[in-house]
Amino acid sequence: MKVERRVISVIVQNEHSVLARITSLFAARGYNIETLTVAPIPESDMSRLTIETKGNVRVIEQIIKQLHKLIPTYKVIEHEEMVEKEMVMMKFPINESLANIQALCEAYNGGIANVSSQHIITMVADEPKRVKHFIEAAQRFHPVEIVRGGVVAMERE
Amino acid sequence: MEMTGAQMVIEAMKLEGVDTVFGYPGGAIMNVYDEIYKQNDFRHILTRHEQAAVHAADGYARATGKVGVAFVTSGPGFTNAVTGLATAYMDSVPMVVISGQVPITMIGTDAFQEIDATGISRSCTKHNYLVRSAKELPHILKEAFYIAASGRPGPVHVDIPKDVTAELAKFEYPTHIDLPTYRPTTKGNVRQIKKAAEAICNAKRPVFYLGGGVISSGSADLVREFVQATQIPAVETLMARGSLRHDDPLLLGMVGMHGSYQANMAMSEADLMIALGPRFDDRVTGKLSEFAKHAKVIHVDIDPSSIGKLVDVDYPIVGDLKEVLEVMLPKVKECVDPDRYQAWRNILKRYNEIHPMRFEDSDEVIKPQWVIKRVGEILGDKAIISTDVGQHQMWTAQFYPFSHPRQLVTSGGLGTMGFGFPAAMGVKRGVPDKVSVNFTGDGSILMNIQELVTAVEARLPVVNIILNNHYLGMVRQWQTFFYDKRYAETDLSFQPDFVRLAEACGGVGYRVETKEEFDEALEDAVNKGVVAMIDVIVDREENVLPMVPSGGTLYNMMLEYKD
Repeated sequence: MKVERRVISVIVQNEHSVLARITSLFAARGYNIETLTVAPIPESDMSRLTIETKGNVRVIEQIIKQLHKLIPTYKVIEHEEMVEKEMVMMKFPINESLANIQALCEAYNGGIANVSSQHIITMVADEPKRVKHFIEAAQRFHPVEIVRGGVVAMERE
Repeated sequence: MEMTGAQMVIEAMKLEGVDTVFGYPGGAIMNVYDEIYKQNDFRHILTRHEQAAVHAADGYARATGKVGVAFVTSGPGFTNAVTGLATAYMDSVPMVVISGQVPITMIGTDAFQEIDATGISRSCTKHNYLVRSAKELPHILKEAFYIAASGRPGPVHVDIPKDVTAELAKFEYPTHIDLPTYRPTTKGNVRQIKKAAEAICNAKRPVFYLGGGVISSGSADLVREFVQATQIPAVETLMARGSLRHDDPLLLGMVGMHGSYQANMAMSEADLMIALGPRFDDRVTGKLSEFAKHAKVIHVDIDPSSIGKLVDVDYPIVGDLKEVLEVMLPKVKECVDPDRYQAWRNILKRYNEIHPMRFEDSDEVIKPQWVIKRVGEILGDKAIISTDVGQHQMWTAQFYPFSHPRQLVTSGGLGTMGFGFPAAMGVKRGVPDKVSVNFTGDGSILMNIQELVTAVEARLPVVNIILNNHYLGMVRQWQTFFYDKRYAETDLSFQPDFVRLAEACGGVGYRVETKEEFDEALEDAVNKGVVAMIDVIVDREENVLPMVPSGGTLYNMMLEYKD
């Protein structure tokens, strides 16, 4: 069976060790986590997790069912028609071209976040595939550090 | 009303109607035990090992259908309980296990008898809690019982730090629980049920595949009616034994690795499988790609994640089996013609004539299967049967004449040696008017042998019948078949004198080497109502047959073993 990439959002009760329940479920059943982001949902007692995972159809179906089976899980959204974004921060040496770096970041929906005496820090938020392209393109400026934020997603409708 | 956390635990037991707690005290749970001392609402049974406490609660739950309860202390008390939790989890047994924990102020400091208990139990419980304050305790306890017994049942673990059991708070026990994040689907999809009913009426070679869900949902009566009305033959998994009466002509026997030939052939040749509450365990299916490959599949299960997990399902129905059958049965009755399956029944009957479930009896040595059959003849449905794990377990499943649900208490999923004796104590406590028999092996019995003391002290007369072949029999069998008889660490010729061992603990021991001696021993043990250890010396080399080798196909069984 073909292995495919999926993005799943999980809405959970915001309680003690709920993240551990989710991650140990993935570990125990041998599922993959490519990226994972978590944050509380404003004005509620719930949190939202966005999990980027890989597996064949049967595995993905099991992941969704098993996530749903956890007692604190309120909702599992298997994204079909989604807008997804990932943030990445990159640090470059100060002797690289600030103007060129800025132009590249702007092409990928970002910009310069900070400049210190030693480093330039940039920030880009775009589709995961484009973030990957950005990171490739930015190699010529000799980045010293890359921090990816993981995928967040929202259904289009 | 204000009370301490420890008092809340006792109060909750009372409100949940708990009549028995199995357990073992220790430092972190002493406040709770102090309250146990002061009360008369339930009986506490002191086992001699925490694992046995949880197995006893498990046996109690399986035999009665009620939630089993066990108390243990922190650290080693809890880790000893883990095998019990995992056993109950694999077989979906409703249970609440409460453990003590070091005080909240000391959690994370590697305190004496501290262990991350909820971290450990997370993967072997349906749900667990670390209680943070006495004020949340009433709600958590109510939730624990609710979650354990509802949906797909399972064990729930509540870890209570010592300072929480001393803390005062208001006690308001919720009358009902509504969890927005936990709402098991109990009503099946009516359209799907209708389609399934039509598929049944249109099938030529249908077979019922009955699983543990038939027992746990209390659907055995409906299933019997279903089978009767349709005249469709049925196979049972180990966990479903007793769903149908052993003498029902439509019962093909147990399915799977040590199932009957006709049951496995029925699965292999069926054009429709009506799966009611099974989970397609590898010990049932054998090689998945060859499993029931001609059959369309109807699968009814309370747990959506069981459906389609291993086998593609044509008619998935998520719901409580009882509620689903109440809708499905009338619809099937409208369209079914039992004569339609006559040819199919004849084929299966023929299979059974060719290879019936049998064993070669002997006059020289006692055959283990004979012992089980004999107990069946003498006690029949007057007994509830527990087992340990191994050859004796399979022979029990094959040869005991079960006639009602909850008559077999056995660790199916986890396969826990040492389960049988403590579970049989729980059975006796839950169903005192039946004879509690534990079929065990000379390997398994030693894994919780300390419970002889508990059973004698607590007056829980369990009749342990050791099918003693001086081997770790099932492993020895695999070594015979698949490892050229290299019997690595399976020869148990050195063993205790089980008769004197029983006597040392206040029980009664019998050593049996002939059939006559066995009859006398059993009669004596049952009549006297004592904790008994009947050590039956059986044929050393007997194998469990037929057999589907691991990963093999159901239609290609090993029917006999020739040296």
